[in-house]
Amino acid sequence: MALRVLRGMLGLLLLAQASVASAVLSIEIIGAGEHQIPVAIVPFGGDARLAQTISEVVAGDLQRSGLFRLIDVAGKSPHELAEVSYPDWQVRGADALAIGTVTAQANGRIEARFRLLDVVKQIELAGQAVSANDDQVRAVGHRVADLIYEKLTGDKGVFSTRIAYVNRQGRKFSLIVADSDGYNEQTVLAQNEPIMSPAWSPEGSHLAYVSFETGHAVVYVQSLHTRQRLVLADFRGSNSAPAWSPDGKQLAIVLTRDGSSQIYLIRSDGSGIRRLTFSGAIDTEPNFSPDGQSLLFTSDRGGSAQIYSMPVGGGQEQRMTFGEGNNFSPRYSPDGKGFVCTHFVNGKFYIAAQDFQTGQVETLTAGGWEKKPSFAPNGKLILFASEARGRGILATVSSDGRVQQHMFTQSGDAREPVWGPHL
Amino acid sequence: MKKLLISFVLVNLLAACASEKPKEPVAAAPEPVPVVTAPAPAPAVEVDPLNDPANILAKRSIYFPFDVSAVQEADKPVVLAHAKYLSEHPDRKVRVEGNADERGSNEYNLALGQRRADSVKKMLELGGAKASQIDTVSYGEEKPRCTDHNEACWKQNRRSDIKY
Repeated sequence: MALRVLRGMLGLLLLAQASVASAVLSIEIIGAGEHQIPVAIVPFGGDARLAQTISEVVAGDLQRSGLFRLIDVAGKSPHELAEVSYPDWQVRGADALAIGTVTAQANGRIEARFRLLDVVKQIELAGQAVSANDDQVRAVGHRVADLIYEKLTGDKGVFSTRIAYVNRQGRKFSLIVADSDGYNEQTVLAQNEPIMSPAWSPEGSHLAYVSFETGHAVVYVQSLHTRQRLVLADFRGSNSAPAWSPDGKQLAIVLTRDGSSQIYLIRSDGSGIRRLTFSGAIDTEPNFSPDGQSLLFTSDRGGSAQIYSMPVGGGQEQRMTFGEGNNFSPRYSPDGKGFVCTHFVNGKFYIAAQDFQTGQVETLTAGGWEKKPSFAPNGKLILFASEARGRGILATVSSDGRVQQHMFTQSGDAREPVWGPHL
Repeated sequence: MKKLLISFVLVNLLAACASEKPKEPVAAAPEPVPVVTAPAPAPAVEVDPLNDPANILAKRSIYFPFDVSAVQEADKPVVLAHAKYLSEHPDRKVRVEGNADERGSNEYNLALGQRRADSVKKMLELGGAKASQIDTVSYGEEKPRCTDHNEACWKQNRRSDIKY
């Protein structure tokens, strides 16, 4: 059903202005949610340049969530509560209205004061002052969007979170950390050897990843604050597929030191290694359940790549996916009630979701080169690697499959994206 | 200053002319005189068959079907020839590099590439090479020889390379 909706939708195009610090050229939003909340975002008063950026960030964030419809504010621009005439907004069909001002202060900081108003009930839903360094104007926008999202949907916003991915340009590989909308990129590691499988620690302070800089696949853990890093696993053969336990104390990794690719547990300081699977087949891509009790993983033990689950403490391993095609890269949903994975059938890759209770697999995307899904920490959006215009790009899809966003970076192929936790 | 610039340009022009000259040989090189030799005796110095482009050992790539890591029948003679060479040259070492096409996840393909390298290693050992002579590594789909989304490309990337 999601497929049909996506194909039938007229693409809404939002060209986000490229900021100086960012390599993102454009963001395209395709599709629309079923029950969208009509909301009017009045460009903030005060500093016009800052206000412009904040408006764009807030509008972009809310649109790509798929849950909001932006109401044209044409002709009206209240910035203070006293200037708001509720009937103006009722006529326009807005349920909610966001107003505010932003000022650049003498100490180099910017301050945004904003209010979210319920147009129907004519009451104030939220009011907040957000302050940040003047180079973090986008962060202010994300905070405002998070607050609007939370007040109007009841779920926590994820716009202030970060993502990690690998950018490949010819032979050059870079590990990138960026804002959830792809802006504000920072390079964690750049080299001429492959980088794979970045994984966020539960607090968002560290990244585990696979690097080939010594000639073979080795797992590293790097602090994003101090930039210090640790060799987590460098055994004979391939060391790969790091996944953090929810408490951050250990990681599941994949080693070939004893033969084929098997799953092991290791403490986050690299000690105490313990083998978990003994299949002799390929077992890879482990992912912890939110309660830390189970792992989902990819295995070809049944003859082709499918998703399996197993208790971390040992016990019965269970096949989760059946039917035509192969399945890879499972990730639990944050509520633990299902998972997403990469589904490969008839030469195409899809992002698919399975609900544990129904066992039903639903494809969320139209198919193509769509790989490596990961949930936003609120479970409402899924980030994945896609391809458009012959390049690897980042994309998101709402968890109901209705809204997709494509993020085009300036150059190279974006791959292996993963959504970070709430900070 | 202007003069200098002009003379610089001139020098460049001259250099350009000069560089074209060797294309037309001034005098023909002396014709090589054919040497008539007696029926060849056994060569005094044995040529390393590794350096002979006509030898089967010149083949260093083993190709695989999709999602398969077993060495195919057609490639067995190549792997066994390398095994024989290694057993006869215990000082030589090889690195077997496994690769996969892009169909699959990056991690699955890393595992598959490792299995492709390991299956070649196993056959080398069966053919007489020592385990200590063989190192394996997988690049998965990370170092493709060809980057298009089609079978012509993929079949080149499903490969183990034997590197001396």
